[in-house]
Amino acid sequence: MKLKPTFWAIACSALLLSACGDTEEKDPSFVDGNPQSGIKDASTSGLNNGTGINGSEMGGSLSNGGGSGAGNLGPEFSDPNNPLSKRTIYFMLDSSQVLPDFIPVVAAHAQYLIANPSQHVVLEGNSDERGSREYNIALGEKRAKSVAEMMKIQGVSENQINTVSYGEEKPAVPGNDESAWEQNRRVEITYQGQ
Amino acid sequence: MLLCGLHAPILFAALSIEITEGTESALPVAVVPFAAAGAPVDISAIVNADLQRTGYFKMLDQQAMPAQPATLQEVNFKDWQAANQNYMVVGKVNGNGAQYDVQFQLLDVYKSGQLLGYRMTSSANDLRRTAHHISDLIFEKLTGKKGSFSGRIAYITTSGGGRQLQVADADGFNPQTVASSTEPLMSPSWSPDGKRIAYVSFEHKSAAIYIQVLANGQRERVAEFPGINGAPAWSPDGTRLALTLSKDGSPDIYVLNLASHALLKLTKGYSIDTEPSWSPDGRSIVFTSDKGGKPQLYLIPSQGGEEKRLTFSGSYNSRGSFSPDGKYLAMVHGNGNDYRIGLMDMASRSISVLTSGPDDESPSFAPNGGMILYASKKGGTAFLSAVSIDGKMQQKLVFSSGEVREPAWSP
Repeated sequence: MKLKPTFWAIACSALLLSACGDTEEKDPSFVDGNPQSGIKDASTSGLNNGTGINGSEMGGSLSNGGGSGAGNLGPEFSDPNNPLSKRTIYFMLDSSQVLPDFIPVVAAHAQYLIANPSQHVVLEGNSDERGSREYNIALGEKRAKSVAEMMKIQGVSENQINTVSYGEEKPAVPGNDESAWEQNRRVEITYQGQ
Repeated sequence: MLLCGLHAPILFAALSIEITEGTESALPVAVVPFAAAGAPVDISAIVNADLQRTGYFKMLDQQAMPAQPATLQEVNFKDWQAANQNYMVVGKVNGNGAQYDVQFQLLDVYKSGQLLGYRMTSSANDLRRTAHHISDLIFEKLTGKKGSFSGRIAYITTSGGGRQLQVADADGFNPQTVASSTEPLMSPSWSPDGKRIAYVSFEHKSAAIYIQVLANGQRERVAEFPGINGAPAWSPDGTRLALTLSKDGSPDIYVLNLASHALLKLTKGYSIDTEPSWSPDGRSIVFTSDKGGKPQLYLIPSQGGEEKRLTFSGSYNSRGSFSPDGKYLAMVHGNGNDYRIGLMDMASRSISVLTSGPDDESPSFAPNGGMILYASKKGGTAFLSAVSIDGKMQQKLVFSSGEVREPAWSP
């Protein structure tokens, strides 16, 4: 197993990833004029009375991202001696560097994904609660991408990895102390359909 | 992760507001209970609470009032001079259950005369709004500054395992859920006309930015790129939305033209660039960037151009927000484990710290620029607070249950 790609190599490749885009482009996701599908009903009463704003039912059928391999994870995932049993990578304050302790964990998942190309993971980046929320979204994404890069360098196909950042919005542990913060600065490796 | 909103009961769990700090030079004002038999809303009590909340005024307790006149003619000014009052408000409400006639007079106790007098009609449903309007008129007459009592606030709550985007009157009453989800909702931003709110929703397990019309609940998705779709901020003219996208790799600031749907990319490079906020003249955008190693605030022309770093003191300065007159910039100002609301004087570039931390965030100016609403956490609870820009007055808005965060004061 190639367990030795150092963090620095990864960090540098992550830097190279950021391309400079062009400056004017069209937003393809813009839904022209139409309220989005999935919005049912909408109270149109004015804002001044007690029922004014209370509004629409949003949602409807939302896709659940369920992929192949649902519920298909092998026994190695529940064997505490197997690094695959660990699916959370923790980080230092304001850092997206994968700590040495977690490199084997990331590597184990990378090897598993290489061996099981039908499996997909979502890497969910998170932060602790301190500081501003949108900055923490960015920090969580940086952490998720740092893990994703480490996996890609080891040979995992880009198609098997998605990243999302929840910033401080989905703490693993409630609380306003260092112990809670440590547990909330994390990337969760979530297998699709898991 | 299903969103539900329409059929859920409206949450009338009101916010309550505590004055945690006031000023010693507060003006004595007596709001005499209005003669208002049968009115469903106690207008004078709302006016009293509005004025008290500002910290500018020292309100006279009802028990200490020498009399309860309803008009100027009924006032014996000597009694009120003896009670050390500078100003007083008297009024009457008459109505038939549906429509009400409201009149009030603001009186100068020492000059024994009227400063302001209005008569207005209001539907029963509008009586609270009418009361806030009266507070605005009184506040402006006495301070020379516009009142912010008629405004509304948007904020995010968590309860029942879900998130709700709510809109309430500026005094916390009449909260209404405009969107809810089991996945995170974030970053509400008012359109300049106060009719729409842009916000971030993770309802599809990834971030997207929506614009929702408050009157009818209709909404449109304006950004759903791979990666971050965050921090929407309306341009002052309402034609554009600044936002953060990370589709090119790292989070960058973009400006989305809402008519043409064209995207203008303002920042580049591999740093985190996020939390855009417009200057009131629409020419510049302040944003947070970690390009210097730590998050600091930078300014960039909204048409694109050269960036200028604004903050140099403190290890963490983020989420800048301009005052309506552009003279001040509120921000999250962090040092070590302590995050407070800081205020930069744009002329001198010096930062004063307005709050006591340790985890204050999301500053939002009142439309009159006099107060800053922000989110705070202490002892495991999260609540909203407001502080005057001189730091002398503080109010705490306590929500009855769950967390309340990310307040945004309507324009």
